[in-house]
Amino acid sequence: MIKAILIFNNHGKPRLSKFYEHYSEDTEQQIIRETFHLVSKRDENVCNFLEGGMLIGGSDNKLIYRHYATLYFVFCVDSSESELGILDLIQVFVETLDKCFENVCELDLIFHVDKVHHILSEMVMGGMVLETNMNEIITHVDAQNKMEKSEVRAASEARVLSIIILI
Amino acid sequence: MPAVSKGDGMRGLAVFISDIRNCKSKEAEIKRINKELANIRSKFKGDKALDGYSKKKYVCKLLFIFLLGHDIDFGHMEAVNLLSSNKYTEKQIGYLFISVLVNSNSDLIRLINNAIKNDLSSRNPTFMNLALHCIANVGSREMAEAFAAEVPRILVAGDTMDSVKQSAALCLLRLNRTSPDLVPMGEWTARVVHLLNDQHLGVVTAATSLITTLAQKNPDDFKTSVSLAVARLSRIVTSASTDLQDYTYYFVAAPWLSVKLLRLLQCYPPPEDAAIRGRLTECLETILNKAQEPPKSKKVQHSNAKNAVLFEAISLIIHHDSEPTLLVRACNQLGQFLQHRETNLRYLALESMCTLASSEFSHEAVKTHIETVINALKTERDVSVRQRAVDLLYAMCDRSNAKQIVAEMLSYLETADYSIREEIVLKVAILAEKYAVDYTWYVDTILNLIRIAGDYVSEEVWYRVIQIVINRDDVQGYAAKTVFEALQAPACHENLVKVGGYILGEFGNLIAGDPRSSPLIQFNLLHSKFHLCSVPTRALLLSAYIKFINLFPEVKGTIQEVLRSDSQLRNADVELQQRAVEYLRLSCIASTDILATVLEEMPPFPERESSILAKLKKKKGPGTVPDPEDNRKERCANINGATNHSSTTANAKASAPSFIGDLLAPVLPPINRPRPVSSLSLLPTPLTPLSLQAYAMPLSPSAGSHFQVSSPASDLLSLGSASTLNSTPPSAPKASASLLVDVFSDNSPTAPIGAPAVVVADENFSRFVCKNNGVLFENQLLQIGLKSEYRQNLGRMYVFYGNKTSTQFHNFTASVVCQDGLNSQLNVHAKPADPMVEGGAQLQQTLNIECLSDFVEAPVLNIQFRYGGILQNISVKLPVTLNKFFQPTEMGSQDFFQRWKQLGAPQQEVQKIFKAMYSMDSEVTKAKIIGFGVALLDGVDPNPSNFVGAGVIHTKTSQVGCLIRLEPNAQAQMYRLTLRTSRDTVSQRLCDLLSDQF
Repeated sequence: MIKAILIFNNHGKPRLSKFYEHYSEDTEQQIIRETFHLVSKRDENVCNFLEGGMLIGGSDNKLIYRHYATLYFVFCVDSSESELGILDLIQVFVETLDKCFENVCELDLIFHVDKVHHILSEMVMGGMVLETNMNEIITHVDAQNKMEKSEVRAASEARVLSIIILI
Repeated sequence: MPAVSKGDGMRGLAVFISDIRNCKSKEAEIKRINKELANIRSKFKGDKALDGYSKKKYVCKLLFIFLLGHDIDFGHMEAVNLLSSNKYTEKQIGYLFISVLVNSNSDLIRLINNAIKNDLSSRNPTFMNLALHCIANVGSREMAEAFAAEVPRILVAGDTMDSVKQSAALCLLRLNRTSPDLVPMGEWTARVVHLLNDQHLGVVTAATSLITTLAQKNPDDFKTSVSLAVARLSRIVTSASTDLQDYTYYFVAAPWLSVKLLRLLQCYPPPEDAAIRGRLTECLETILNKAQEPPKSKKVQHSNAKNAVLFEAISLIIHHDSEPTLLVRACNQLGQFLQHRETNLRYLALESMCTLASSEFSHEAVKTHIETVINALKTERDVSVRQRAVDLLYAMCDRSNAKQIVAEMLSYLETADYSIREEIVLKVAILAEKYAVDYTWYVDTILNLIRIAGDYVSEEVWYRVIQIVINRDDVQGYAAKTVFEALQAPACHENLVKVGGYILGEFGNLIAGDPRSSPLIQFNLLHSKFHLCSVPTRALLLSAYIKFINLFPEVKGTIQEVLRSDSQLRNADVELQQRAVEYLRLSCIASTDILATVLEEMPPFPERESSILAKLKKKKGPGTVPDPEDNRKERCANINGATNHSSTTANAKASAPSFIGDLLAPVLPPINRPRPVSSLSLLPTPLTPLSLQAYAMPLSPSAGSHFQVSSPASDLLSLGSASTLNSTPPSAPKASASLLVDVFSDNSPTAPIGAPAVVVADENFSRFVCKNNGVLFENQLLQIGLKSEYRQNLGRMYVFYGNKTSTQFHNFTASVVCQDGLNSQLNVHAKPADPMVEGGAQLQQTLNIECLSDFVEAPVLNIQFRYGGILQNISVKLPVTLNKFFQPTEMGSQDFFQRWKQLGAPQQEVQKIFKAMYSMDSEVTKAKIIGFGVALLDGVDPNPSNFVGAGVIHTKTSQVGCLIRLEPNAQAQMYRLTLRTSRDTVSQRLCDLLSDQF
């Protein structure tokens, strides 16, 4: 099971945090800090796995992470997950973000945190992997966007309409 | 076209975020946030109704603020209101807020549940998905109560969309994890298994995850999934990768699903059906073959996906542990990976090999890679990988390579990362002890450990070396010589001073003949370290000095001088002061004889689990520290992880007067359980470092207890304290002699030929299964009471014969007979009872019991006496049952289920469903399970009304791990009892015993 998914930048600023087990808000922040501390001090070409920190899980848990340009993507998982499988999942996540945002960068994650959450929720649900097929994920995201747009349009039309009536 | 166009974001949100990002200081940021929070609060509270867009905007702002680590204590209500909007965007943001910010015990749950209920029944797949996501992410009990029945229906309904099915499967999985008791198995389970055949691979993947979790808990209900999983896997593995189109990931066919299927198969033993088994073997071979093919892409993603499947296949092969050819191929494959340029693969290969090393088929094959692993230890740049290499070396160690591995670990220790040094120290200490053929090597190794990494040598390690030196005569001289030499170093670690002080104090005389290590030189050497040491070490050294006075009368004057100095007699530390005063007095007034008695060499320590191993287990969590050798021998039986250690290595250690000796030592009050408390700790005698208190007491009444305070040496003793009183050893031979007499006299008086056949009474027998004390038998003449205690494979039973009449019983004899094959499984020695029992009096008889191997029958106690001239014959079944030799084992949920899984062979499990005979009170049941001898494990079974226990049966020849699960069904007044042990006879017997108790 995936216990938590964290994205933070090279300075440890969190850009996304999603916990699938309940922790208090303080503990969540501590976990993010501890994880950043553990991950950021590692060299570039060492392995992508390391034993979890003390806060999240202890010895049964692993941190599996990838470092892309300015961002770290970290998945905290227990032993029931395949390490390489999770690495693939991170890759799928990033590729999907890249497709959805066209050359995703840190700013996209900052300004569209709701979208990132929605994309993630198409892939991982309650700590379990829901979908790994990128096309399928993007189809779902597209469908949502269409709905959103049509609603926005409808709303603006309604507004225009009400103005017309007022006139 | 990008799915998210960048322009359509919310302007207000973007402005706010930019503001925050432009803040120069933390204070400015907090100020800006507080301003925004106040703004949002007033907007929410304001009279003007907000439109959906504004609500959404504000909720997004709150999410951002939360991400920065600030508490959000409002807005929940607005988010809940958004849920009931019929606009997708608003609903979605409402759900997002709730799954990020609402914890499972919020009082809003009921409102949220309502909204979810509406969405689930909306038949709009998007809304249904949002609702299912919310349930899965929050996963609270209240939600489970509300939807545990609904979700399975959605999952198996024919008209449910694929994407909803996927979500429903995972949602159900989540509910099953958080509140398993609320998710009833039902007819949907069979239909879930058939989802493995679904057209849509996403559905199959989600269903596989669900089934894997369910199958771990109820393997029987999901047995049929094995054949379906094998079929599915086979289709994926053999298909040309293009067949699966979208689920092909960098030229690998559905890697994620393959991994999940292979995980599912690890819940079960190898399939029994030969055809399925053949097909599975074929799949595994194909996967192994593919690893040798040239890669279809140079991208790292391709090899990652391929290897994810490969590693999972190897885990399955290791789990099945039945196909030697596959195991060896797996080992070779891992061997290739050990030298791969990808660090990830080296890491995973080392990790997998660790488990492979415990299989007897592949242990030798793993050993061939020793050079590579050692090289990894030396050259890997990544500490995670080096750590795995250390683990693997530990796992592959056996008698043949112990010296090499220990040497390599020691040399690695000099440069090892600080984070893993203590663990390496423990591992080296364990391996050195376990595989020591000659103990000089052991002593050298431990002293080296202290020299190289003294700070990381925990107390357990140096306690252990002293225990071993004391218990083994042949190494004492060498140990004394070696520590003496080691102490010559100008700077030595304090731990070395402790070991040195203790060993020279005990065995310094063995090297005193050499003029280079004369008594005075030894003393001066020790004393030169004295001032650099901490108080506990100084206390230990003072004890060593008084031992010197006994060993070497010629240095008495010098030592007395030291003791008399102000820095000792007036030391600010009360412990040191007291020792100095008392030792000085002792040396002045006691005659040499008394001194020699009081300061006699320490008696051997009773054997018990190595304290180091216990420490390592504690550090790593139980079950994660396999004892390499036991693991191989008895992989399934080894439920207790490494606790078997001491017994298997017992032959390598001094045979100590363990249990019997302990019992004989001081008067031991009959002890009721709880048993996990060692009988030793109940001894009333306070302990002192030097067996001194017998003498020291009259000097100062408080001394006895005082000696213990903060003295590390007394800790050492408490590891094996039973026989510290020097008065005890002499009594031991006497007692055991009488024990021997018993053995011989045992047979004669029993069952005289021609004596009338007596019915063996056993009506109270089953009452003693879960308890040790009580009345076993009663008639108008005689009452028989029992008190018993057990430890490991030994037990002692006190039988009390009460004469209920007012006249004497003559010619009273009581003997124990082990009928049929029982005498080869159980030894019972009865001390002869007094032939005369006065009227109204009680007679006590002691039985010593030893369990040699597992047994079913019970010994019979035959009693004969004359009452009023008539010969009375009474036979009673003695309640010595197999479960008495349990040692409880604590373990966590993970371990429990892992072991449960390992004991999955059909003959290892015994299950019985039976009607409750007594009222189903959970406290009583708990007491009975604990009384049965196993550890009652809380929080292991996901259903809190079930009981789960674990223990190890100790017999002389083996140890059998046992897992117990008792599932009460209050409505039906029935129980289901399941036992898994590595031995079928044991499972059966324990099941019979326990099922009579409820």
